[in-house]
This record gives sequence, C-alpha cells and structure tokens, in this order.
Amino acid sequence: MSASEVLLRPGPVPLYDSAASRSRALEEARALWVYRGLVHELVVRDIKVRYKRSVLGIAWTMLAPLLNMVALTLVFSTILKQQITNYPVFFMTGAIFWAFFSQTTSTAASQTQDSNEIAKRIYIPRSVFVASAVGVGLVNLALSIVPLLIILVVTHFPIYTTWAFLPVAVFIEALFAAGVGLWLFTFASRFSDVREMYTVIVQTWFFLTPIVYHPAIVPAKFRFALWLNPLYYLVQIFRKPVYDGVLPSAALLGVSVAISVVTFVSGWIYFSNRAERFAFQNG
Amino acid sequence: MTTTAILLEKVSVRYRIPRERIGSLKEYAIRRLKRRLYFDEFEALREVSLEVSGGETVGVVGRNGAGKSTLLRLIARVMPPTAGRVVVWGRTAPLLELGLGFHGELTGRENVMLQGALLGFSRAEMRRRTPRIVEWAELEEFIDAPVRTYSTGMAARLAFSVATDVEPDILLVDEALAVGDERFQVKCHARIEDFRKAGKTVFLVSHALSAVRENCRRAIWIHEGRLVRDGDSASVTELYHGWSIGEPVALPQAL
Repeated sequence: MSASEVLLRPGPVPLYDSAASRSRALEEARALWVYRGLVHELVVRDIKVRYKRSVLGIAWTMLAPLLNMVALTLVFSTILKQQITNYPVFFMTGAIFWAFFSQTTSTAASQTQDSNEIAKRIYIPRSVFVASAVGVGLVNLALSIVPLLIILVVTHFPIYTTWAFLPVAVFIEALFAAGVGLWLFTFASRFSDVREMYTVIVQTWFFLTPIVYHPAIVPAKFRFALWLNPLYYLVQIFRKPVYDGVLPSAALLGVSVAISVVTFVSGWIYFSNRAERFAFQNG
Repeated sequence: MTTTAILLEKVSVRYRIPRERIGSLKEYAIRRLKRRLYFDEFEALREVSLEVSGGETVGVVGRNGAGKSTLLRLIARVMPPTAGRVVVWGRTAPLLELGLGFHGELTGRENVMLQGALLGFSRAEMRRRTPRIVEWAELEEFIDAPVRTYSTGMAARLAFSVATDVEPDILLVDEALAVGDERFQVKCHARIEDFRKAGKTVFLVSHALSAVRENCRRAIWIHEGRLVRDGDSASVTELYHGWSIGEPVALPQAL
C-alpha cells in the first residue's frame, strides 16, 4: 500500500503531518493565532505572580520609574549641569521606552529554558513565549504612562495633541522588540550564555542610546555611532510627540518602520526554522 | 468502519549529542574555528512503522530508554522525526507529565485556565469547563487556594481532570497513572474506559504491565528503538514479562 492510498482513506485532513511541506514561518504564525489564548494566560500569569506576594503590588511598576527619574534628574541636571528644559519629562519619555525594550528582549532571552521544558512535552508554538514577553512589556508600558502623567501635571508641562501618535510609535517599537526577542530566543535555545551576554549588551546599549542625555551633546565625530543605533531612531518617535509636541518627520518614521520590519521578519523566519531544532540538539 | 488515527511510516529519530557538552556560545565559536566539534548520534527510534485506528487502545511496553517516550513525543508533535513520516488525524492531549506548567503561586482555578490554554483552548471555553473539571478532581474546597498548598495527589487529580475534560481524539498517557491513591487510580481507569467507549484512541506508556492489560486491547513492544512485537495486549505483555525475567525470547530485527 503506498503512502498516498493510506492518506486518502481517513477522509478528514490530518491535523498533523510531519511530511507536509508548508512554510514553517506561515505555520508558526497560524499556530500562534490559534494559541492566542495562551499568550493572554502567560501575560496574566506573569503579572499576577510578580505582584501576588508584594505589598505595593502593581504600584511598583509605576513607582520604580519615578524613583529612577528623581535620582537621574539630580545627577544629570544638578551635577552635570546639562541644559535640557524640563529634564524630568525628557528623561521619563526615554526611560519608559527603554524599560519596554530592555524588559521585553531580556525576558525573551531568559525564558528559553523554562519554555523548552514545556515545549518538549506538549505541542505549543514556541512563539507564544516571545509574544507573551512583548505582551508583558506592553502592560508595563501602559502602567508607566501614569507616572509620566503625574510628572507632566506636577511640572506644568503641556499635554500635546501629538500624544495621539503614541500607539503608532509603540506598535513600531513592539515590532522591533519582538524581532530582537525572536533572535535572542533562538540563540538562547542553543547557547546558555546568551542571556548573560545580553545583560551586558543591554547595559552598554543603554548608554549608547540618548535616553539620559540629549543627542546634541554627542561630539560630531561620534555621531555615526548614533546613526548606526536603531534605538536612536526608535526612542525619538516615542519622545517627539510627548516632549517636543511634534510628529516625527517622514524620514525618521520611514527609517524606524524599515528597521523594525526587517528585524521582525528576519527574526520570525530564523526563529520558525531553528528554535525547535535547537531545543532538541542541546542535550 | 474504522479510520486511521495515527500513522507512522518508517520513522526514525536521531538525537545529536555533542561529545563534550558545549553550552556556551563562546566555547562553540572557539571550537568551530578550530574545527573541533564532535557529535555522537543516538538513534532513539529506528524505522518504526505503525498504524493505529480510531478507537484503539494501545499500550507501549519496553525497557527504560527503549524509545517509548520519544514515540509519544512524535505523536504529540512535540518533535519532528529525523526520517520518515508521522501523520495524526485528530486532536491529541498529552498526559505526558502531570501538572506541567502548574504555577505554585497561582490558585487551582487560575492554573486550570493556564493548562487549558497550553492545550490550545480559549478562555471562554475553559471558563465553561472549569466547574466540571473541579468537580471531577474533587477539589471544590481548595480550588481558590494556591497550588503550592496542594498535595502531589491533589495536583495530579487536577491535571488529569483538565487533560481528559478537553475531549481529545487521542489521549497520550505516559506513566501518569502511577501517582495518586487507589480511588484516583480507579477513577482514571474508568475515565480511560469512557474514552475507549466513545471511540477515542488511547496511547498508554507504562511499566505496570497490569495497567497495560487492563486498559488496552493492543500492545506494542519497543526494544532499542525498534518495534519488535505488535499484537493483543495479553500476549505481548506476557512475552515482554517473560523476556524481562530472562526467558529466551527471539527478538526479531524489526516488524
């Protein structure tokens, strides 16, 4: 009996056929959609577990950037005498963006071990773990808008209509963070030191990105370092609508979208083709 | 009329095991440059062909490391075969490890939602099923307490209840029935029996030959990655038992 005869017999299309030659990237996307409920559960779990036994609970998410802001404002505006109007707002917009990016990507890198334990025993599309990392990051980002608003009110800073652009900026940034997360997750499935390495990279990256300082203080001969840094563009599309009250220029937006799309699509394809394989060769 | 539920065509699984464990990128890069990367290949399954019809109950016996769990992983589509083809018609629910993904800080109810999601169910669907799951597990009083306060048996009951309530077409059970008290075991067997009567396929991996005989009509014996016997559960388990205690049994190369 040939294989084709066998396959004709049972009627319904098999739910799983290891020999089916579909695109892994498309297959992964379809599976992620089916398992969107799991992404939701993982995000909820993460947030619940983190705050279940803490006194201040969810307030921590909002308090942490505030305390950071106070410390950094002291350092940068008092000690370094940096001339930035309303430094607290300048810093907060950068810090919120940074927290989202670094948390999301670090979580994606560090989840590999746990998630492989689950994914070795039960079928789930592995991309749910990266998606949930992005989800948790977005929830925290939404929460940290509260301390930002507090600062705006306290310092009598105007709330511009350009705030309306923020969802678009966040979407572009989430796409980039997801892309980096996918690359990291895949690497981390194969090599256990990726997580530690990334911790160091993130720290360095923070200082190379104009979060706490204004890009104008970078000497002309080092400007190229800014231009090569994708986060230089991405932090601006988030900061401009809130701090400067203007929409990002078409060029800035174009560069940001291009960077995010390329990172995400390449990450998705690499991840879909490798993450599963790496998990089983690790032993 | 029977239809095929699971089909394996000359399925082989090879694991690549690095001769020295290289877990770090740094070390990997150095060795790659020096061209010193050696792998041992371990064949967990060798050209296994198997066809299981819908409604069959199949027990899998064999020594530790024979490839039984790998076989279940293939059917659960947790891993792809290295060679050959695996086709599965219908939804599988693995009972591979009870309480997998349970989180101690979350309540029983929250964990049910999470488990359901791991099995691919929507939140609305799981909310609908939760009362029945809790009732079967007999955990009504404790369902809103964190799972870390549960005993092993309680956690196992909850996990079994979730995995079987979601009505899979193919239930994969890997040694899961070994935990829990007598009452729980009896309930589990009753539920597997219900499954069988409903025309569902059950795959049971167990070292307890009595469990295989009680729950399964058919049994297969996997030895060193090969399918060496396939028949009714009584004769296969008897043969396997005899071989285990040293009786001479001719093991064919493969079926």
